[in-house]
Amino acid sequence: MCLAIPVQVESLLDNDEALVDIGGLKKRISLALVDDVCVGDYVILHVGYALSKIDEDEALRTLELFDQMQALQEELGASLESDGSGD
Amino acid sequence: MKYIDEFRNGDYAAEVARRIHAEADPERRYRFMEFCGGHTHTLFRYGIPDLLPANVKMIHGPGCPVCVLPMARIDAAIELAVRHQVVLCSYGDMLRVPGAHRTSLQKAKSQGADVRMLYSPADALRIALENPQRQVVFFAIGFETTTPPTAAVLLKAQELKLRNFSVFCNHVLTPPAITGILEPAQQAGERIIEGLVGPGHVSVITGGGAYDSLARRYRTPIVIAGFEPLDILHSILLLVRQCNAGRYDVENQYSRAVTASGNAKAQSMAARTMTLRDSFEWRGLGWMPHSALRIRPEFADYDAERRFELSPSEARENKACECPAVLRGAKAPTDCKLFATVCTPDNPIGACMVSSEGACAAHYSYGHTR
Ligand code: SF4
Repeated sequence: MCLAIPVQVESLLDNDEALVDIGGLKKRISLALVDDVCVGDYVILHVGYALSKIDEDEALRTLELFDQMQALQEELGASLESDGSGD
Repeated sequence: MKYIDEFRNGDYAAEVARRIHAEADPERRYRFMEFCGGHTHTLFRYGIPDLLPANVKMIHGPGCPVCVLPMARIDAAIELAVRHQVVLCSYGDMLRVPGAHRTSLQKAKSQGADVRMLYSPADALRIALENPQRQVVFFAIGFETTTPPTAAVLLKAQELKLRNFSVFCNHVLTPPAITGILEPAQQAGERIIEGLVGPGHVSVITGGGAYDSLARRYRTPIVIAGFEPLDILHSILLLVRQCNAGRYDVENQYSRAVTASGNAKAQSMAARTMTLRDSFEWRGLGWMPHSALRIRPEFADYDAERRFELSPSEARENKACECPAVLRGAKAPTDCKLFATVCTPDNPIGACMVSSEGACAAHYSYGHTR
């Protein structure tokens, strides 16, 4: 029951509520616990309430880290290969 | 969907797993506890333990709210529904947890009690509005994540001056539970884990700063993690690095959702409506001081424990059920004699087999054949 999921806000409704899309299903959720939510924002949804917004910059920063890790690995792999076939 | 697909990228995951293998020192052992049931679920679902070196082991912690609620509280909920004949509204998982004499809310319901499963506390409020002649009680359970939504309905009920709505409050706190696990080991001069995968959604509310003193006190690194498989692998790598460097800091891997100070609005709504209990009983951890919340006296009209007289429970846990040890990380589900024989998700003996986030249920669904 603790599971919470990221959802995207599709439209804002009265009474501090919003409409979100959960796997094709439209659902009404409460925004009572968060401020300044806009259409298009991702929020963490738990028991019908948005708990926080997902920070897009931070999400991208984390993903960049993985990109770098992989790039490094590929470089290492490439240099090993070139070493092997060098002479 | 954005922010899900990227964090499930298999190439990234393979790379992070390779790093863990490269950086984990074969001479050391790394026992990491994931506190959250949600993390347990992801670990099993994506077979993460199989990707780790043999000396990096995951231990399941007490972070499933259904699993840590003692039988006496389940009996009280059943009593509200049966003896006081209220409309009892509960999250789905609670319905099947056995109470005393192997009754459950589900059995009470099949015998005519008005027990309703709901997805959001807001639904309980709606039921109260639609049934002014009935007393409606919301069976509130959960950690800091689930507390603010309960606070929101308490505030709403007061605003609407509802006379037929109350909350049976069982909200519990994460830091005391971590203390409950680590303190006895510290006292005994033992180490039971080398690091902690910190709660993600709890931290969305509390903020990462809530764990600083725990990391220092128990000299245990804590990495707050998101719930995608890549998040967990990445957090394990960060823990390995801290162990290797001899550090014990709180790191925030889930920075897209967790800040240092958390959600201030949600915290203040919870503080307005609820306050610390002197002591509360946890399944597996026993009575722990200042480990749970009760409803503030100003909201006494909405407190089911004040509105209804509840008798002391005669609950006896099934002696063979190892839930208490499983919740402390002292035993694995497979150490329990009843596991997968008498006790299955269809016929759960203990709470750890009921909730999908319970360690026994996760083992049964994804892992026990391995
Ligand atoms: S397998 Fe069943 S009886 Fe054994 S510890 Fe888990 S829930 Fe309890």
